[in-house]
Amino acid sequence: MASRFASFASALVFGVLAGLVSAGAQDRSIVVASTTSTQDSGLFGYLLPLFKAKANIDVKVIAQGTGQALDTARRGDADVVFVHAKSQEEKFVADGFGVKRFDVMYNDFVLIGPKSDPAGIKGTKDIVAGLKAIQAKAAPFVSRGDKSGTHSAELALWKVAGVDIAATKGPWYREIGQGMGPALNTAGAMNGYVLADRGTWISFKNRGDLAIAVEGDRRLFNQYGLILVNPEKFPSVKKEFGQAFIDWLISTDGQAAIAAYQIDGQQLFFPNAEKKGS
Amino acid sequence: MSDQFSAWQLILNGDAALFAIVRLSLAVSLSAVALAAMIGMPLGALIALTRFPGRSVLVVLLNAMMGLPPVVVGLAVYLLLSRSGPLGSMGILFTPTAMIIAQTILIVPIIAALTRQTIEDLWAEYRDELTAMDVSRTGRMATLLWDARFSLLTALLAGFGRAAAEVGAVMIVGGNIDGFTRTMTTAVALETSKGNLPLAMGLGLVLVAIVLAINAAAWGTRIWSERQAG
Amino acid sequence: MRATVSDLPLVLDGVSLQVGATTILAGLSLSITPGAPTLIVGPNGSGKTSLLRLMMGLAAPTAGRVSWGGRTGSKPVRRAILFQRPVMLRRTAAANVAYALSQAGTPRNERAGRAAALLERVGLSDLGQRPARKLSGGEQQRLALARALARDPEILLLDEPTASLDPAATRGVEEIVLMAAQSGIKIVMASHDLGQVRRLAGEVMFMVRGSLRERAAAADFLDRPSTPEATAFLRGDLVI
Repeated sequence: MASRFASFASALVFGVLAGLVSAGAQDRSIVVASTTSTQDSGLFGYLLPLFKAKANIDVKVIAQGTGQALDTARRGDADVVFVHAKSQEEKFVADGFGVKRFDVMYNDFVLIGPKSDPAGIKGTKDIVAGLKAIQAKAAPFVSRGDKSGTHSAELALWKVAGVDIAATKGPWYREIGQGMGPALNTAGAMNGYVLADRGTWISFKNRGDLAIAVEGDRRLFNQYGLILVNPEKFPSVKKEFGQAFIDWLISTDGQAAIAAYQIDGQQLFFPNAEKKGS
Repeated sequence: MSDQFSAWQLILNGDAALFAIVRLSLAVSLSAVALAAMIGMPLGALIALTRFPGRSVLVVLLNAMMGLPPVVVGLAVYLLLSRSGPLGSMGILFTPTAMIIAQTILIVPIIAALTRQTIEDLWAEYRDELTAMDVSRTGRMATLLWDARFSLLTALLAGFGRAAAEVGAVMIVGGNIDGFTRTMTTAVALETSKGNLPLAMGLGLVLVAIVLAINAAAWGTRIWSERQAG
Repeated sequence: MRATVSDLPLVLDGVSLQVGATTILAGLSLSITPGAPTLIVGPNGSGKTSLLRLMMGLAAPTAGRVSWGGRTGSKPVRRAILFQRPVMLRRTAAANVAYALSQAGTPRNERAGRAAALLERVGLSDLGQRPARKLSGGEQQRLALARALARDPEILLLDEPTASLDPAATRGVEEIVLMAAQSGIKIVMASHDLGQVRRLAGEVMFMVRGSLRERAAAADFLDRPSTPEATAFLRGDLVI
């Protein structure tokens, strides 16, 4: 009786496993390592069905920080990376992990802060002045601290502001090592400032007392890039499907689709793929 | 806001995406429990019935491994299954299969450790009788496992509870891919990070309700079959 | 194949059992051969249970040796034992017997038939499909007898099987034991119930403090004990 049960259980498990594995083996699909901003803003939820209808290719998105997404690709675990930290992306290509980098679109960062505005920076367009004021008044500031594109952008802005954040950071500067959403949740909970991409901010539901403090500075420009992982390094890379995805995104159709994605009547991402490859 | 709906409305509306997530969560966790049972129960019984040097070290180790952090297991499986890892050629990272493997590793120690304890206690009761019947070692293991089946159900439920509740391992090896590797727990984590706290909480309650229902069903089965089998 | 191997005679040669500093059995030498039932009597703590466990091969002596049909390997071939409190497997009564049959090497296709016959033999035909653990104490002991008989034993060891049973249940068990004895199975049974000794015994082994003090035909032992301890025991005095 015991052995009959065991054979039944094993048949069940191997049936399930076989089903799942075969579903994975016969597919027309690619893995795209991307960032939380593209996923959490709902952009992929909008674009991928359009691409699927056009090319019959499933795109499986792993949403991570830019640094982690590039690491995933560096291990050969993704076919395409879709991220936003140009210098890291260029290094990725230069190191031979990626074939070629394509500009695809941009959005911008906004500095979010509590409505009470303890640093007194609300309405300014100068992000550098805003950050200096936060540091001077030691107003709470939440940093992603996760090597993401937004984190790199934040560090670069501190540098432009002439603040050596590593040396001067105090208890007011809190690195949480998490994605954009958790950073916004944390900022909301502690009445702090936080740098966020506009897409995630617009689609973020738990705003509480938060509002945009600084926006519109050209230094808040946030460029997204697309890279096919190098098939010579990783033969498992599905280069035809991956390239098809890239080609579609930078085509007139794909660019129009990016421009068409809106939340609450606001356009989140601005296509700019004309300069092909860099 | 257009999408200000709760998880309960999703259920009431029979939302297909939600049911796909629930189905995947159950398929992954139940498969992991079945696999872990096939490994952990014989392993636990073997340790219970065998005396060898270093046995107590192994028992302590096994008990400690019941507390394996899911992220650590997830990371280890990730490194193993990654294209750059030793099993990369299988190409199963970011698939439900990888999630089943990670959860299996996570709960084998739970099932093995609880089985060992149960079988050891039952062996104390059965030793003379089975020795007198000249039952072979594998026969003893099979007999004790079968006769302990009602107690072992608790071990299976403990394993299932841990598998269904963990987020760290499936997030890392599954990648939380929409419609493919998104489970209840990774969906809760995602909705939380999107600041969609009511939906996240609703999904969490759905998960708790499902785990509760499975436990109640298992308990009912136990009571009923215990009445049948004594 | 089973028929060619015998567990008789069962021979103890200078057997002692020591647990820590305590002597449980001291230098026993005896032989059990086919014949009328042997009842082992003696006060509690005299070593009856330990002696039966050694005879079954469940325990090893610290000195001396036990042999079965000339073999010293303790693998039970044609012997079986009934404990004071038998352990019922968590399955039906019939499945308990079928389990014992399968362990005794009975081919799968014969088990159901033989299990039914054995249940019949112990008077449990109607209870075959009942969970074994739901049976009464007397029924459980009879089921344990069916399991023991499933091994087709030449010798059946019984350790006070009726100690916790009421008189009706005791009679049921004794009838089966007598039937088994009549069918040629050697019975070796521990008991502290002198009435039972009178009803069942062909011969008596009287034990005190781990030693065999007297071994005699039952009638001789009961009427003309040859040691002062036996005389005291039969009179109902405490023998220490």
